[in-house]
Amino acid sequence: MNIPFPDLRPVTPEIIMTLSATALLILELIFKNKGVLAFIGILAAAAVMYIMPASMGETFGGMFISDSYSIFFKFIFIINLILTILISLRYIQRQKAEYGEYYSLLLFATAGMMLMASAKDLIILYLGLELMALSTYILAGIKRHDVKSNEAAIKYFLLGGFSSALLLYGISLLYGMTTTTDIYKIAEHLKATGVTTTLLLSMILIAVAFLFKIAAAPFHMWAPDVYEGAPTSITAFMSVGPKAAGFAVIGRVFYTAFQNIQTDWTTILIGIAILTMAVGNILAIVQTNIKRMLAYSSIAHAGYILLGIIAGTTEGLNAMMTYLFIYAFMNIGAFAIVIILDRGEELSDYEGLAKNRPLVAALMLVFMFSLTGIPPTAGFIAKFNLFTAVIKAGYTWLVIIAVMFSAISAYYYLRVVMNMYMKEMKQEAAIHLSPSLSLAILITVLMVLIIGIMPSMVIG
Amino acid sequence: MDKYLLIPLLPLIAFTINIVFGKGIIKEKAHWVSILAVLGSFVISASTFTEVLNGKIINYDVYNWIVSGNFRVTIGFLIDQLTAIMLIVVTSVSLLVHIYSVGYMHGDKGYYRFFAYLSLFTFSMLMLVMGNNLLQLYFGWEAVGLCSYFLIGFWYEKKSAADAGKKAFIVNRFGDFGFGLGVIMIFLMLGTVHYSDIFSKVGTLTGQTINILGYNVDLITLIALLLFCGAVGKSAQIPLHVWLPDAMEGPTPVSALIHAATMVTAGVFMVARFNPLFSLSEVAMNVVALTGAITSLFAATIALVQNDIKRIVAYSTVSQLGYMFLACGVGAYGAGIFHLYTHAYFKALLFLGAGSVMHAMAGELDVQKMGGLKKHMPITYITFLIASLSIAGIPGLAGFFSKDEILWLAYNHGMVGKIVWAMGTVVAALTAFYSFRIIFLAFHGKFRGTHEQEHHLHESPKVMTIPLIILAIGAISAGWFGIPAALGGSNAIAHFFEPVLGHPHVTAGHEEEFMVMGISIAAAIGGIFISWIFYSLKPEMPKNLAKKFKRIYITLWNKYYVDELYDFIIVRPMKWLANSILVAVTDGKIIEGIVNGVPQAIRNFSERLRKLQTGQLQHYGLGMALGLFVILALVLIAAGR
Repeated sequence: MNIPFPDLRPVTPEIIMTLSATALLILELIFKNKGVLAFIGILAAAAVMYIMPASMGETFGGMFISDSYSIFFKFIFIINLILTILISLRYIQRQKAEYGEYYSLLLFATAGMMLMASAKDLIILYLGLELMALSTYILAGIKRHDVKSNEAAIKYFLLGGFSSALLLYGISLLYGMTTTTDIYKIAEHLKATGVTTTLLLSMILIAVAFLFKIAAAPFHMWAPDVYEGAPTSITAFMSVGPKAAGFAVIGRVFYTAFQNIQTDWTTILIGIAILTMAVGNILAIVQTNIKRMLAYSSIAHAGYILLGIIAGTTEGLNAMMTYLFIYAFMNIGAFAIVIILDRGEELSDYEGLAKNRPLVAALMLVFMFSLTGIPPTAGFIAKFNLFTAVIKAGYTWLVIIAVMFSAISAYYYLRVVMNMYMKEMKQEAAIHLSPSLSLAILITVLMVLIIGIMPSMVIG
Repeated sequence: MDKYLLIPLLPLIAFTINIVFGKGIIKEKAHWVSILAVLGSFVISASTFTEVLNGKIINYDVYNWIVSGNFRVTIGFLIDQLTAIMLIVVTSVSLLVHIYSVGYMHGDKGYYRFFAYLSLFTFSMLMLVMGNNLLQLYFGWEAVGLCSYFLIGFWYEKKSAADAGKKAFIVNRFGDFGFGLGVIMIFLMLGTVHYSDIFSKVGTLTGQTINILGYNVDLITLIALLLFCGAVGKSAQIPLHVWLPDAMEGPTPVSALIHAATMVTAGVFMVARFNPLFSLSEVAMNVVALTGAITSLFAATIALVQNDIKRIVAYSTVSQLGYMFLACGVGAYGAGIFHLYTHAYFKALLFLGAGSVMHAMAGELDVQKMGGLKKHMPITYITFLIASLSIAGIPGLAGFFSKDEILWLAYNHGMVGKIVWAMGTVVAALTAFYSFRIIFLAFHGKFRGTHEQEHHLHESPKVMTIPLIILAIGAISAGWFGIPAALGGSNAIAHFFEPVLGHPHVTAGHEEEFMVMGISIAAAIGGIFISWIFYSLKPEMPKNLAKKFKRIYITLWNKYYVDELYDFIIVRPMKWLANSILVAVTDGKIIEGIVNGVPQAIRNFSERLRKLQTGQLQHYGLGMALGLFVILALVLIAAGR
């Protein structure tokens, strides 16, 4: 049998990412200064970003595809990676978690996400998912001496394992029915066979596994504990990357493989979306720890983003992608502010911040406004786009519900603002400023404002 | 980046810099940032003006903010003859007021904040006049209102200032509500908010009616009147004029910039901008003309007896704004804008002159306690005199030409025109009288204040007097572009405006024009003469007259009791409603029940829900499994298998 050497051009970004990650593991032995590793990581990411647009195409016998859909998601992953490295640099020193593998694992996780976005085959998809998941399990627990961090890692690992098992179960059922793991061939096959109970079962199992990754209710319960326990920089990373990867996969698998049961999964997702928005927004209200609050907020946002998939239109998918892109900036920006403060994990730490650190408070204000969706920030554009698309798809009632939950969300986001601006200061807030952190904050706040004021410059 | 964008952007950048770094870093150097920015805007505006003069019309969208169906929210600029003149007025007066403020606000603890707000105001006003669509106009409209609120209440520790700020804001709500409805109506009826589209489509609405409570209302009239509501509020016309005199609580440079030269004229600008719409409705036009004329007369009579120097000038502003609406109402939009332009200079000069007097008198406002200031502050006196001569309509000065143009065109506008012309002529006499009342009381005669004040009297520093001199030059010469043909001029400004604002066709000859002109000159000189008799020759006369016509005097002194009337029919019932019904029942029980109850209920629910989040891994696993089974069960039941 003659196996042709596969065309490597479409996978070059992934190859560079993986090689850099491996190189970082080795270089860690050479360089004592971990900042060098971070720098190399950013260089690798920048290189990947640079060559990505040229990597269009299919390869490995159609198991891997690089199209505009996957490239857009990869952009989000790379931005997520770069921003995370920038906010990590000093922070992990402070947290005494500065191990060389930290950066290496970030790159591996990103490579995993990129594979997921590009997978045209369920096996590749699963490989990417595990690469991403295993790396993040370790990253969540990288504060080895910290019990909370360990607990977060273990919980994430066990529940993640559970969801992987469900995914594999679903995949195996599909394979049993169609004798293929290629997403497009599955779709053709299913069109011919029609709807069966087994098909529905396998769809639900696969859906649950991805809903777990995006932290949709009722599969969200790991999120608050893990987000709280993990180092804040990793929380920022997890709240954007794996979530976006999950949506990338849902978008591709459900729109292609499960095309013929679209009404079934749409109905399920509608229920899940409403529940997710409810759980995320309602539980965020009672949180006193800002990382937990942001965890619930990220659950709530997952609920909104699901609406884009439910819409079932190209416009809906585009709106979902835009939302994730914007969400990356505003969410990492908010976490960056948490990191900049010496004591910034409790809501009460923000009391009177405006008097003491007006600029930090003003930046946090921008991010909170954006997360709430108040113009002229990017968050407003994200919601506006998404809701318009969903209304056009005929789900006005669903948008009304989402807007109501959005209104509830103002309560907990603006409480941070109220604490900063209207409460008396208890103690001087110390801050840890570093050039890389300032750069990350600058990038995020500029993006939030620029997209808010001139959406067409970025989107489109 | 194109240069037109820089016109509003520079002040916005100055605002950002001052508000962020003003308190800590820039402090008393804040004026540099703002002045340089507005200077830049002025220079670009001037070059833009020459472009427009050479026949260039700029109309383009800078960018789309949101596009949803045919609803487009865009930032775009339309710079035609009308906008070009507004750009000159706004940036030049703003620049001079900025410079003047360096002296006037010296040592104030909110120094950086003051300049930041001035910059923000300038930005908003420029956005308002430069917009090529209604939404941008609306944005600028509300933004200047907000800045006005900030600046009236600038000394917010003073209760009267804070109250005046609130009053201005609330009174404007009434007008803006109508304005907002007008904007919505236009979008609903024409499906666009862009001026060019509106004006090309507006003709299709002719003759259409809309049924409101059983009456058929002409659609164009309705839209025009709704828009005019906004103008009535912003430009302080009857019945929403009450906020402007109180707005004098703000620092005097603010009164000069916002409450004389620029913001309050936004209403006139808007009506002129929408002349293709207004001209289609005779009813709306007559409403505009009569509102203007009545306001003009009404405010002028109040100004006759007031003693607070800034309030006299404020009523004078209300009166002159009425003049501008009068002009628009008779179709003489060009004359209205011409008057807006000359008025900006002489009225800003009057305010800044009053500020200079206050500066010397340690904040004293009562003209009865002044006197003889002429010899202590010669520059202030001479410039104030020039402004007064200009506003009185003495031939050769700016105010004469614009006022004369308005009266002449009104005179030629049929029945309604004749009525408003007569009223306008009376107003001209009254204006001359009260303007010179200030001159004679404050600058001539003997000083009537305390010894301490007298000892303190001094001319203001150069940074304040130089803007006065420049404005005085404007108050003299600004009208020379509009010398009518009857006087051998070419009335260049009317021809300049004609493409946008049109020009009423006048058939009457020069003889009649000389007659109208003669009457208004006689009115002006008569007013000044009587003022001289009253306040210089026989100072006991006004008191005797006041005694003799006590009722009229007291009514005027109390400004026709409008504030009291509003207090009685609106404020008090509202307060009663608020306290006894809203607070006690609706607010206390229903709204607070909802506002506090809903979050409380959600919190309670949330606290309960939170218990599910036990932290126990096995519970989480169980939760996932349960979720999976529930979904599965529901789907299978639904699928009927």
